[in-house]
Amino acid sequence: MTAKMIRWAAAAIGLGIALSTSFAAAEETATEFPLLKPTRQEWSFAGFFGQYDQAQLQRGYHIYKEVCSSCHSMKLVKFRNLADEGGPGFTEEQVKALAAEFTIMDGPNDEGEMFERPRLPSDPFPSPYPNDKAASFSNGGAIPPDLSLIAKARAVHRGFPQFVFDMFWPYQEQGPDYIASLLTGYQDPPPEGVEVPEGTYYNPHFMNGISLRMPPPIDDDLLEYTDGTPQTKEQYAKDVAAFLMWAAEPHLDARKALGLKVMLYLIVFAGILYFAKRQVWRGVPH
Amino acid sequence: MSGHSTYVPKTALGKWFEARLPVVRLLHDTAVSYPTPRNLNALWTFGGILSAMLVVQIVTGIVLAMHYAADSRVAFQSVEGIMRDVNWGWLIRYLHSNGASMFFIAVYIHIFRGLYYGSYKAPREILWILGVIIYLLMMAAGFMGYVLPWGQMSFWGATVITNFFTAIPIIGQPIQTLLIGGFSVDNATLNRFFSLHYLIPFLIAGVVVLHIWALHVAGQNNPLGIDVKSDKDTVPFTPYATSKDVLWIVLFMIFYGWFVFYQPNFLGHPDNYIEANPLATPAHIVPEWYFLPFYAILRAIDFNIGPIDAKLGGVLAMFGAIAVLAFLPWLDTSKVRSGNFRPIFRVAFWVFAVNALFLGYLGSVKTDDIILGMQAVRWAQLSTAYYFAYFLIILPLLGYIEKPKPLPLSINDAILAKSAAGSAH
Repeated sequence: MTAKMIRWAAAAIGLGIALSTSFAAAEETATEFPLLKPTRQEWSFAGFFGQYDQAQLQRGYHIYKEVCSSCHSMKLVKFRNLADEGGPGFTEEQVKALAAEFTIMDGPNDEGEMFERPRLPSDPFPSPYPNDKAASFSNGGAIPPDLSLIAKARAVHRGFPQFVFDMFWPYQEQGPDYIASLLTGYQDPPPEGVEVPEGTYYNPHFMNGISLRMPPPIDDDLLEYTDGTPQTKEQYAKDVAAFLMWAAEPHLDARKALGLKVMLYLIVFAGILYFAKRQVWRGVPH
Repeated sequence: MSGHSTYVPKTALGKWFEARLPVVRLLHDTAVSYPTPRNLNALWTFGGILSAMLVVQIVTGIVLAMHYAADSRVAFQSVEGIMRDVNWGWLIRYLHSNGASMFFIAVYIHIFRGLYYGSYKAPREILWILGVIIYLLMMAAGFMGYVLPWGQMSFWGATVITNFFTAIPIIGQPIQTLLIGGFSVDNATLNRFFSLHYLIPFLIAGVVVLHIWALHVAGQNNPLGIDVKSDKDTVPFTPYATSKDVLWIVLFMIFYGWFVFYQPNFLGHPDNYIEANPLATPAHIVPEWYFLPFYAILRAIDFNIGPIDAKLGGVLAMFGAIAVLAFLPWLDTSKVRSGNFRPIFRVAFWVFAVNALFLGYLGSVKTDDIILGMQAVRWAQLSTAYYFAYFLIILPLLGYIEKPKPLPLSINDAILAKSAAGSAH
């Protein structure tokens, strides 16, 4: 009787597995965006010991400042963050100089007048447009999203069963992978027979359709790197994606460093508790 | 549990207290001398794990509330302020947001343990119903907490879920208006949700006290599901159960830390890092993972049943799926508690468990997605049918048709038989 029941149970579980493995196949048949999955990249901040690469963050800031920031805001990041531990590692003097390149409206002063002054490290990054209406008007009706959290706010659905594997082998770099793929993924002209709406650019890596209003922002040799890093489109995309990840998750270095200590502590503690429990229960059949 | 109190105050201070407020006796009887079946397995440590998680959530929550601003204009920025500028704010917030998921993982294991070993049966009906009430309160707390960061999923999740109430005829609309404080989810919603989110954990703590009280009156169930017959069947709670509980709490913390430190955003939705925007509806609104099975049941009802339209039918099915748990002690007609002695029940139980996971998956996909050549919503209907059949048909019938295996005479007998078999090998 029992053996029969176990066989039933095994059959039920087998059926469950058969059902679940077929989901992946079913998903592929649906027309889902993006048309192409993001390419997985190597990131210095991936994995258990991952930390940001300071030089990469500095290069990324350079690209953000010269390219992205002409249309995108980054309201949650302040200049002082550029000197924070676990960040791009600019010195305080450098940060002061970087901030002072931009002005901000302050006041009122003692005479009740508003006045413009150079930005201080405590001020946020400047926004390119005074408000969303202006942003939309300048970009053909699309508002360029704020980039403060973009690296955590974009992730392409992994589907079953990948998301189960991701639980055991963390994959928290979906945002930067998506950004790097998107920035290098434009195809001009679009494939034969594909019509893209007026004023948009075909990109099979885009999450919400076949094309987007952002023109291809980077190209080879667009900016000069002084440290000998290759000046390719791919390298630019990777560097700025890393910088955006830092902007979205500025305490990642601290988190992973603390995590290692906490996990080691807990594992040793659990070991001690295991032997304590065995000692307590010794001679007590259970 | 005054019946078996063994506490004897030794110090002068202890005697002084004993004559005025015997709180030390209460603690001693509850956590030290309380007799616990000696054959409990690790699944019985989840009560302790849940208590630990409640404390973690309350402590981290209180600290977060010191920095959080429940105002729809700044709520999102204040959460980011916690993540960026508050000392260790990122840690506290990730502990709290992942802690909610850990709480639900632990409670689901705790509930399924109860389902398998028949922990809901006499004399533990009230204990079980108190557990169902705690679970309901947890769902309310989890839902409202998810709204507080005021991201896109916060806003649209709140809109979808509060909209359920409008399905109820006549009084539905006024209830929804009262709940969200207006005609759409807005600042008033955020404020009342914050207030209630702060209140509910303390309600949970109160019901937990009743839950533990009821547990200590009825005594713990055990893997054999048979009653404790003599002192030989039990060991004192301390050090035996405590040493086990502490070990498993720490093991659970390792699992928890895995998420907090290495994938803090795995269990969340990326869209919640976009500030709430009432003018932009996300392509695919999904609730938190721990609601997905019920969300699948809600969406499974896409047809009218007589005067009940599909929307009300879905809402009734969803609430019914939780309400049916409260009646479980009387729906299961078998006298045998533990699934170990119930061959047919065991199969039905495991199918139920796999089915519950499958419902969770179905809750996460679009209803018209094709799975194995069939629309997800059709699968959800089959799964929902099994979910209810398990409680309303299978469990009531099994008590009559199933022939349980013979039960051991006592816990002690079973342990002696096991160790005899062990030494014979």
